Amino acid sequence: MIENLPALQIVIPLLGAVLCALVRHGGIAWAISTLVSWMMPVVAGLILAQVLSDGAISYAMGGWAPPFGIEFRIDAANGFVLLLISVVGAVIMPYARRSVGAEISRRNQAWFYTMYLLCLCGLLGVSITGDAFNAFVFLEVSSLSTYALIALGKDRRALLAAYQYLIMGTIGATLYVIGVGLLYTMTGSLNFVDVAARIADMETTRPILAAIAFIMVGLSLKLALFPLHVWLPNAYAYAPSLATAFLAATATKVAVYLMLRFLFTVFGLHATFENLPLTEIFLALSIAAMFGASIVAIFQENVKRMLAYSSVAQIGYITLGIALANQTGLTGGIVHLFNHAMMKGALFLVLGAVAFRLGTVKIEELAGLGRRMPVTMGAFVVAGLSIIGTPGTAGFISKWYLAVGALEQGMWWLVFLLVASSLLSVVYIGRVVEVVWFRPLSEKAEGAREMPLDMLVPTLILVAATVYFGIDTSLTADIASSAASALLEGVK
Amino acid sequence: MSMEFLIILCLVIPAVGAVLIALAHKVPNLREAVTLGTAGVLLVAVLSVLDAVLKGVRPEVSLLEILPGIEIAFSVEPLGMMFAVIASGLWIVNSVYSIGYMRGNNEPRQTPFYMCFAVAISSTIGIAFAENLFTLFLFYEVLTLSTYPLVTHKGNAAARAGGRVYLLLLLGTSMLLLLPAIMITWVSTGTMDFTAGGILNGKVDDVTVALLLMLYAFGIGKAALMPIHFWLPSAMVAPTPVSALLHAVAVVKAGVFSVLKVVIYIFGIDLLTRTGASEWLVYVAGATIVIASLVALSKDNLKARLAYSTVSQLSYVVLGAALANSWGILGGGMQITMHAVGKITLFFCAGAIYTAAHKTEVSELSGLGRVMPFTFGAFLIGALSIIGLPPMGGVWSKWYLALGALDAEQVLLVAVLMVSSLLNVAYLLPIPFKGFFGAAPEGSSDEKIREAPLPCLIAIGATSVGCVLLFLFPEPVFDLLSMIDLR
Repeated sequence: MIENLPALQIVIPLLGAVLCALVRHGGIAWAISTLVSWMMPVVAGLILAQVLSDGAISYAMGGWAPPFGIEFRIDAANGFVLLLISVVGAVIMPYARRSVGAEISRRNQAWFYTMYLLCLCGLLGVSITGDAFNAFVFLEVSSLSTYALIALGKDRRALLAAYQYLIMGTIGATLYVIGVGLLYTMTGSLNFVDVAARIADMETTRPILAAIAFIMVGLSLKLALFPLHVWLPNAYAYAPSLATAFLAATATKVAVYLMLRFLFTVFGLHATFENLPLTEIFLALSIAAMFGASIVAIFQENVKRMLAYSSVAQIGYITLGIALANQTGLTGGIVHLFNHAMMKGALFLVLGAVAFRLGTVKIEELAGLGRRMPVTMGAFVVAGLSIIGTPGTAGFISKWYLAVGALEQGMWWLVFLLVASSLLSVVYIGRVVEVVWFRPLSEKAEGAREMPLDMLVPTLILVAATVYFGIDTSLTADIASSAASALLEGVK
Repeated sequence: MSMEFLIILCLVIPAVGAVLIALAHKVPNLREAVTLGTAGVLLVAVLSVLDAVLKGVRPEVSLLEILPGIEIAFSVEPLGMMFAVIASGLWIVNSVYSIGYMRGNNEPRQTPFYMCFAVAISSTIGIAFAENLFTLFLFYEVLTLSTYPLVTHKGNAAARAGGRVYLLLLLGTSMLLLLPAIMITWVSTGTMDFTAGGILNGKVDDVTVALLLMLYAFGIGKAALMPIHFWLPSAMVAPTPVSALLHAVAVVKAGVFSVLKVVIYIFGIDLLTRTGASEWLVYVAGATIVIASLVALSKDNLKARLAYSTVSQLSYVVLGAALANSWGILGGGMQITMHAVGKITLFFCAGAIYTAAHKTEVSELSGLGRVMPFTFGAFLIGALSIIGLPPMGGVWSKWYLALGALDAEQVLLVAVLMVSSLLNVAYLLPIPFKGFFGAAPEGSSDEKIREAPLPCLIAIGATSVGCVLLFLFPEPVFDLLSMIDLR
C-alpha cells in the first residue's frame, strides 16, 4: 500500500470522476468529490513525509522500469506542489455544495464535479510524473476539464472565455509537445532524469535550443506569463466561483512547477541560462507583469476580474524567483507559489460568497457591504494585506526572500521595483476595502447577510493560513528552501 | 511576575481590551469602562517595567523566529521606555476626553473607534519595545493600518480622501524606502538588532551610510519630514481625540522615535559624526521646522494650524538625531515627551471648542475665551510649552537642542531654533489672546455657549498641569534619557 501511494494520487480522483459521471446526481457527486478531495492530502502528506525523510521516491507505473516505462518521481519540489493542490482541493470542497448549487443548474452539477475531479487528477498527474510526454497528457487532462469548468459559468461570456482559453491553451500544449518531440528525437528518451543525463553533450545544438524555446513558450502560455496571459482574466472572471478559486490556487502553479522542472532538472541551469537569454527575458517579463497587470487591475470594475489581473502580477513574482536563480530567490518564488495559492484562494472564496449573497461582484454594488458581512469582508482585508505583503502575513515572507535574493545578486534596483509594485496592490486592494467599509450601504447590499457556515469555514481556514504562514514559516519556507536546493542541485 | 511576561502583557493588554470593547458594544457605559480599565491596567504594567529599567535592568523577550535571524523580539531600553510611558499615560487622559467628545458630538460607530484605538496603542507599545528592525517595521505597519479606519471615521467623501492620502503616503514610504533600507541593512550586516553603538560601522562604505540614512529618514514617513508631511494635515479629518493622541502623540512620535532609534542603535552616532552622513538631514530638518511654521501661520483652520505646528515640532526631534551628539539625542528625546504633553493639550482645547461652540476656524474665536475661560487658559499653557517658554516643560527640550547645535558648531541652527520659537509665538498666541480680549462678532449667540462636557475638561486640566509639572520636575525624563547607551 505505502509503496503504491504515488499511483493512488492519480487513480483515486480518476475513479471519483467516473463515479460522478455515472451517478448524474449533484448531491451524491458532491459527496464523492469531497471524499476524494479529503483523501488526497493524506496521500500527499504521506508521500512528502517520506520524501523529506528518505529522499526522492521513484515509482514505476504499471511495473515498467524507467526510462522506458512511465516513472512517477517525487522530490521535495513536487511533493510540495502535490500537497498544495490536495490541500486546496480538500479545503474548498465543503464550500462547493452551496456555491455550486447556486451557480450551476441542477442538470449540470454532476458534470461540474466530474470535471473538477478530472482537473484535480490532471494537475496531480503533471506534478507527480517524471516523464515529459506523460506530463503533456496530464496537462491536457487538466486543461480540457478546465475549459469545461469555465464554460459552466452562469454568465454567457463564460463560453467565450472558455473558447478563448481553449485556443490559447491548445497553442501552448502544441508548442510544448513539439518541444518534447524535438527532445525525444535528439535524446531518444522522455524520462526527465534520463534526458538530463543524455543531453549534456548536445546542449548547444540547434534542435535542443529550439526544444527549450518551444517548451518554455508553451508553458508560459499555460502559466499566464505576461504577455501570454490574455486568456486568464476572462476565464477567472466568468468561471463559476468555486472553479475560479480552485484554478487560481492550483492550475497556474502546476504549470510553473513544470517549467521549473524543465529549467533546472532537465535542461540544467547553465545550459538554458547561458545559451539562451532566458534570465533577461524572464526578468523583463516578470517586471512587466508585476507592473502592467497591477495597473490594469486598478481600473477593473468587476472585482473578480481585478483579482485575476492581480494573479497575473503575482505570477510575475514567482517567475522573478526563477529569473534570480539563486537559492534565496528561487526559495522566494516557490514559497510564493504556495503563499499565493492560499491568499488568492481565500480572496476568490470571499468573492464567491459575495456572488452567493448579492449575485454580483461589481465594485459599486459592494458599497457598505462590510456592515452586513463583517467577517467575510474582514477575511478580504486580511488576505488582501497578504497580497500587499504586509509583515505578519505570508505575502511578506515571499517578498522578503525575493528581495534578499535580488540583493544577493547585486540587483538592488530590483528591490525598489518589487516594493513599488506592491504599492500598486495597495491601490487595488485598498480601493475595494474603502468601498466595502467606508461607503454608505448600496441597495443590493442592504439585504445581505454573512455567508453560511459551511462556506465561511473554508474561507477562514485559507485566511488563517495566510497569517499562520506569515508567522510560522517552518513548513513553507523550509520546504521551499529544500525544493529550491533540490532543483538547483540538478545544475551540477 | 517575570519581566518577560510583563513585556508581553504590555502588548497584550490593549489587544485584549479591544476584544472586550467589541463584546461590550451594546452597553456604552460598560464599553467606556473597559477602555478606561484597560488603559489603567496598561499604565500599571508599563510603570512596573519602568521601575526595572530605572534600576538598570534591560528586560528582553523573544516571541518567535519567523525566518532564520528574523524574529519578533522585544527589548526595553530607556528611549523606548520613555515612549511607552507617554503613550500609555496619555491614553488614559485621552480616553476620558474621548468619552466627553464622542458623546458630546453624537459620533457614530463608537465601538470600532475605541477598538481601533486600543489596537493602535498596542502597536505603539510594540514599536517602543521592539528589539530589532523587523519587529519595529511590523508594528509600524500595524499602527498605520489600525489608525486608517480612525481617519476615515466620518465616512464622508472628505474623510475617505484624507484616509487615502494617509494610507498611501504612510504605507507607500514605509514600503518603498523603509523596507528596502531594512533589507539592505540586513544583507550587509547579517543582523537587524538594535545594538548600542550601531551595527553598520565597518560594514558599509560612507556613501551607502548616507544613502541608507536618506532611505530611513524619508521611509519613516510618520516623522513627517518635509516633503513627506502631507499625510498629517490630511489626517486631521479624523475626530479630535484621534488627532490629539495619535496624530500628536502615538503615530508621529512613533515616527520620530524610530528615527532616533535607528540613528542611535543602527548607525551609531560615532559613525554619523565621523562620516558626516547626517549633515544634510540637519538642513532638511531645519528647513522643515521653519517652513512648516510659516505654513501654520497661514492656516485659519485651527486643526490644520496645529497639524503644521506638529510637522515643525517633529523635526526638532529629527534635528536632535541628525546632530548625532549626546546633547542632540537628549534634546530630541525630551522633545518627544514635552511636545506630546503640550500638543495634546492644544488638540484637546480645539476639540472642546468644536464640541461646545462648533467652531473650527481661528478667525471665529474672537471673544470666545470669555465664555470658555478654562479651555482658553489651558490653550495658553499648552501654547507656551510648545513655544518653549518657562514655566512650561517645553523649555527643556529646546534648551538641550540648542546646546547640541552649539556642540556641533552649527550656530545657524541656533538661529533657526530662535526664529522658529518666534514663529510659534506668532501663530499660537493670537488664539488665546483673541479669545480673551477680542470683540465677539456682531449678533453672535456666544452667550449660550458653555464649556465642553466635564470629561473633556478633566482631560484638559490634567495635561495642562502636566506641562507645568514637566517644567518643575524634568529630572525623571532627563535621568531616563541619560541612561541611553550611546557608546
